[in-house]
Amino acid sequence: MREIHVNEIVEKVKNMVMDAEYNLPEDFVKSLETAKAFEESPIGKEIIETILQNAQVASVEKVAYCQDTGYPVFFVEIGQEVHIVGGSIKDAINEGVRQATKEGYLRASLAFDPVFERKNTGDNTPALIYFDVVPGDKIKIKFAAKGGGSENQSKQTMLKPADGLEGVKKFVLKTIANAGPNACPPFTVGVGIGGTFDYSAVLAKKALFRPIGDRHPDPRVAMLEEELLSLANQLGVGPLGFGGTVTAVDVKIEVAPVHIASLPVAVNIQCHANRHNEIEI
Amino acid sequence: MSQVKKITTPLTDDVIQDLRAGDRVLLSGYIYTARDAAHKRMLEEYEKTGKLPFDIKGQVIYYVGPTPPKPGQVIGSAGPTTAYRMDKYTPKLLELGLKGTIGKGWRGIEVKEALKKYKAVYFAAYGGTAALLSKHIKSSEIIAYEDLGPEAIRKLYFEDFPVIVANDIYGGDVFTQGQKAYKKIEIDP
Repeated sequence: MREIHVNEIVEKVKNMVMDAEYNLPEDFVKSLETAKAFEESPIGKEIIETILQNAQVASVEKVAYCQDTGYPVFFVEIGQEVHIVGGSIKDAINEGVRQATKEGYLRASLAFDPVFERKNTGDNTPALIYFDVVPGDKIKIKFAAKGGGSENQSKQTMLKPADGLEGVKKFVLKTIANAGPNACPPFTVGVGIGGTFDYSAVLAKKALFRPIGDRHPDPRVAMLEEELLSLANQLGVGPLGFGGTVTAVDVKIEVAPVHIASLPVAVNIQCHANRHNEIEI
Repeated sequence: MSQVKKITTPLTDDVIQDLRAGDRVLLSGYIYTARDAAHKRMLEEYEKTGKLPFDIKGQVIYYVGPTPPKPGQVIGSAGPTTAYRMDKYTPKLLELGLKGTIGKGWRGIEVKEALKKYKAVYFAAYGGTAALLSKHIKSSEIIAYEDLGPEAIRKLYFEDFPVIVANDIYGGDVFTQGQKAYKKIEIDP
């Protein structure tokens, strides 16, 4: 067994959270630079330029890219040959978030309960953590800061098998069009098709970690990703919804086996504050 | 897009009448912040006491919950939050004299009608450009509901804060107008 101390996890989680809040991923920044040339509307071009400037300022001055520093979401893959020592991994991840919030001057954006007092938890904990056990002796941690504005425009539906591919396309495009200016485009769109009610949404969120421009290994899914991206950019939404030809920089789809009676589809809208990060310990 | 207009708060009917959806505006002067929790509490208190935590006549509310300032900063990152979440409360505040709101995204029909009725505008700021926008905020002071943390009501001083008129008193809507020209496909409901 390989031993990993929780103190190492706390430190690395803290750093990965702060890094994500200040620095947009390189692949995403590059995609915005490309998108600027593709954008036909003058205001759309100007907005992409402003977004890139904002990314630059946040990175250089080490300040939050967006004031909504998001709901901390983690996907953790633990190698089955790892022995965690010194405490619980869940506590360690939350401690990393707590320290990042304080040292990184992040906004406290979580409330203890949804409909009673809605009192702020003060330190962005508890984080949402999905665990998976995998072969090997490493821990892989993926982090995303999920802003409320784009999360609020995300949707899930249970289609009928008869609705088929056309039904899926229509639901995805409608969700993107409705999200419009509320959810800060240019979007990255995560789509989960199949699984169960809940798993389709997890897939949609997981899909957002794939690099921009990367295509699904199944050529049928890859084609659907490209078709939906092209159609999304014909909706007219444009950067920040002011109208234009760049509504999304990519559409990522994940699929899973499904019940013979069901066709779950989930769309997770990611705003241009596309903050995510990955580490391996 | 027309010329950039420089405007200072508080706003008067004359200034409001001159604004059209799509106009670019550089806003200066004092501005108040409030988002979901502050709106809820303000309106609940108003129901009970007939008072608001600040004199709202002619004022502008910025929908924002900033990050904490780093040492040497006036305010942390401070971009707009989505405006429709405040729609439930906005018509009442407009009736009480509020002249402008700043946020991002669409407003509902009730707010658009209230803007016409009470002569007020809704400005959109560039969502997610929070590190840049905070540079136009020159002072920040919590004036109410400190226990709400990032959702406390702050009095900010703006210097040439860039916004676009999103909804005017004539029914104009910058998003609908802007998207029309680029919409190549229609998704039926």
